[in-house]
Amino acid sequence: MRPETASLVRYIGRRIATGLLVVIGVVVLTFVISRVIPSDPAAAWVGGHVPVEVLEQARQDLGFDRPLRVQLWDYLRGVAIGDWGVSLRTRRPVLTDIAVGLPASIELVGTALLLGLIVGNPLGLVAARWKGGAPDVLVRLVSVIGVSMPVFWLAPILQLVFFEKLELLPVAGRYDPALYYTSRLVSYTGMTVLDALIGLNGPVLRSSLAHLVMPALVLAAYPMGVVARMVRASVLETLGDTHIQMVRSLGFSEAAVFGRFALKPALNPVITVTALIFAYSLANTFLVEAIFNWPGLGLYAALAVQSLDTPAIVGITLVVALAYVLGNLAVDLLQAAIDPRIRLQ
Amino acid sequence: MSRAHAESQPSSSAVAVAWWRDNPLLAMGSTLGLVLLLMALGAPLLSPAPSDADTTVHLEDTLQPPSWSHPFGTDQLGRDLLTRVLYGARVSLSIAALVLTLACLVGVPLGIAAGYFGGRVDDLIMRLVDVFLAFPPLLLALALVAVLTPSIASATIALAVAWWPWYARLARGQASSVAGRQLVESCRALGLSDTRIVFRHVLPNAVTPIVVQVSLDLGGVILVSAAMSFLGLGAQDPVPEWGLMVSQGRSYFTTHWWVVTFPGAAILLAAMAFNLIGDGLREVLDPKRMAVSS
Repeated sequence: MRPETASLVRYIGRRIATGLLVVIGVVVLTFVISRVIPSDPAAAWVGGHVPVEVLEQARQDLGFDRPLRVQLWDYLRGVAIGDWGVSLRTRRPVLTDIAVGLPASIELVGTALLLGLIVGNPLGLVAARWKGGAPDVLVRLVSVIGVSMPVFWLAPILQLVFFEKLELLPVAGRYDPALYYTSRLVSYTGMTVLDALIGLNGPVLRSSLAHLVMPALVLAAYPMGVVARMVRASVLETLGDTHIQMVRSLGFSEAAVFGRFALKPALNPVITVTALIFAYSLANTFLVEAIFNWPGLGLYAALAVQSLDTPAIVGITLVVALAYVLGNLAVDLLQAAIDPRIRLQ
Repeated sequence: MSRAHAESQPSSSAVAVAWWRDNPLLAMGSTLGLVLLLMALGAPLLSPAPSDADTTVHLEDTLQPPSWSHPFGTDQLGRDLLTRVLYGARVSLSIAALVLTLACLVGVPLGIAAGYFGGRVDDLIMRLVDVFLAFPPLLLALALVAVLTPSIASATIALAVAWWPWYARLARGQASSVAGRQLVESCRALGLSDTRIVFRHVLPNAVTPIVVQVSLDLGGVILVSAAMSFLGLGAQDPVPEWGLMVSQGRSYFTTHWWVVTFPGAAILLAAMAFNLIGDGLREVLDPKRMAVSS
């Protein structure tokens, strides 16, 4: 084995080991939240409004009367084999509910993230190009507004303007329910826009795109602000690098320095942190999906929170944290494969 | 630029003008922050009806549009909205300040211990930090409050639990960069105790980035705590909390625009104030960025 390959393999091994450790830690933390912190974990798991006998029965069935050490082991095993408990509200296994809601959330968050990147990138570039000038100040103000925006306020305002007053866009939901009968949608992916495209279902495609506009715009505010801010900082840092100074001293025009030499190295770090922005946009998804009645994980979590549905809340928390840890792991491994400096650290 | 100022001894208004010209965003943030602080401190004096922030209701005055006697209108229980928005500044600022104080008290010592001692201590603390950082703050806080009782106190504790790892990571980075320096090695060689080295050389180094982070996070905590109240797991009526006010006003919003608009705008402006201040401070205090900007 060549020494570079050996160091890469060693790095991957080490990174996967720490990743697994964090995954176990995440599961243990959700155990602590659902079984150790509540004064009566059984009530939290089957609901507080049940007769005493039922509660006692549940306590024994679920094994909540046994020592915590035994319970923890059972819990870890249950999570590993896919037994995540039953939702108090829907009476279905939590993992099934999550699988049902996932495509809708991916459709919404993916669109919002794309919008954020499409708008945020040029804004950041404009700000960096005219640093300190009026465009820079304006872009930075817009980006601060984006990251400071309470989505649960922007959403009702847009609903009032575009639905109630202008009657341009639908108020909530995924597509017009009247189309259930006239143009039945066949589900391939669970993402309405994609399914309508695959099935060449014109009416549903138009309706679902119209329904996607408002929630995606609201959700895009945060990633737009973060991307603009990051692109600006990254380009400014690259412009200070020695290789750019050399290009400048060779007499290239400022436009060429910017477009041909500074842009690409500056955008690389931005691409790698997109995963992180994705994770942070998830938090706003709860609020946006709840307000626009978008049947994804966010709406599921918001309803679970409001009905104190502990198994569902813990399940969502777990799935989001696991996705984050695994996503980070993937990004790190990808970077190590591309950039040998990382694995030699 | 600064020398020119020193020579001509400019008036305070000239300084303010120069400040707005050189760093308009920091100036805007500071002004907003100051207004927010005045709102919080002066709420009893500025409010048209201070008792409306409490349990008082006026069922004969519900959902009145903005007027001279009620500049922001009244809510679904006839309470003066301006009063409740002003008192809301108290609620939001004190939650945010308390959350970040708790987060720093837990995170900074742990982070410094990890960075200063390194090795096994470092591994243990930082893996724990990684576990907590895997959860988006709003989600972790919601899960915690759901198993406790929904209230401002629970929300504050839950948010502190969600926020401390950021400060541990920040403090660790600062401490480990100082711990490797010759200065600290020499202090050790001279027989100084670890406590003394930490307080004299490690902690002061970490203060600037922590201050910048706190000012940015004040905006973040205000947003997330308002979101928790919006979802019903934070402040409970009659506490004048902005997120709760937006949530309560939503049912009447289509016919009564003011019930959601004013409290929501307060959240946006408060979060903007601290994000602008944090960004501005970072630009001013971070020597690396200063080199870039020159």
